[in-house]
Amino acid sequence: MVKFFLWHAGSEVIQLSVNGQVQRVETGADVARLLQMLELSGKRVAVERNGEIVPRSRYAGTPLADGDALEIVVAVGGG
Amino acid sequence: MNAPTRLPGQTASGDALVIAGKAYRSRLLIGTGKYRDFDETRRAVEASGAEIVTVAIRRTNIGQNAAEPSLLESLPPSKYTILPNTAGCYTAEDAVRTLRLARELLDGHDLVKLEVLGDPNTLYPNVVETLQAAKQLVGDGFKVMVYTSDDPIIAGQLEDIGCVAIMPLASLIGSGMGILNPWNLQLIIDKAKVPVVVDAGVGTASDAAIAMELGCDAVLMNTAVARAQNPVLMAQAMKKAVEAGREAFLAGRMPKKLYSATPSSPASGLIPPKAA
Repeated sequence: MVKFFLWHAGSEVIQLSVNGQVQRVETGADVARLLQMLELSGKRVAVERNGEIVPRSRYAGTPLADGDALEIVVAVGGG
Repeated sequence: MNAPTRLPGQTASGDALVIAGKAYRSRLLIGTGKYRDFDETRRAVEASGAEIVTVAIRRTNIGQNAAEPSLLESLPPSKYTILPNTAGCYTAEDAVRTLRLARELLDGHDLVKLEVLGDPNTLYPNVVETLQAAKQLVGDGFKVMVYTSDDPIIAGQLEDIGCVAIMPLASLIGSGMGILNPWNLQLIIDKAKVPVVVDAGVGTASDAAIAMELGCDAVLMNTAVARAQNPVLMAQAMKKAVEAGREAFLAGRMPKKLYSATPSSPASGLIPPKAA
């Protein structure tokens, strides 16, 4: 990725891996902010950050750092 | 085959399936995969009378339409016992990780279906990894319903670990081949003190009835319903088959008698042959 894409509107941006895809959020964003960006706020999901589960009660206040790997899962049809 | 072990005079009414201390009226557990859409899933589950439904745990599609309906809106956890599975996991580590996420997803709900697969062609369980995952999960407070082979020794070990239900295959997942080894299932049933649930292989209603007649406590199926030409009608058929099989088991079948036919009608009082 070209470095200057990581800068926008004057605020610093960090790069995450979310379900294996590159995702950019502003510095200082927490898990709640990421879910809001992804339009997943209030949805029944579970979140893992760098291999550790982030409880729903701690979405707000769990900060994200550059290079974090997140998994966001849902229930789907299955036997 | 041994006579079924049952309480004398037991009837099907008030005959609850108890898993991890919770009683269920239905002895049919339904998987939610492979349906046309969530509406068909919901209608099939309703027709089946199932109270426990399995779900898989998967990455959400980032950037998909956020207003898209979700499975748990069609099958709300307030109405159904949601049983998250570990389908697609080939190691104990992956299975444990998946179920920890599931527990978070379902607000601490700890009844889970463990399956650790050994081979993508047969989806045959890897019992070594399954035993390892079961130990970790039970230690971590999960109530584990475990998919396994029809090996009675492994079934006993899983029970000793503390699994709350043993779920041997009847034949391969999604094969619809029916009950291929009733003798092994019988060995497992005779020994188990926790519910035995046939999981995988049921193809049609008679298979479900046979499983229940053997003395299985319940049957779990997905493909047999979802891949029927009419899934909702098949779900209804499966409900009846499981109930019929259970009642036949409780009733206690007549013994099989080779070469000793006995008429059902009186042998006496026959009209004599006409005089020649």
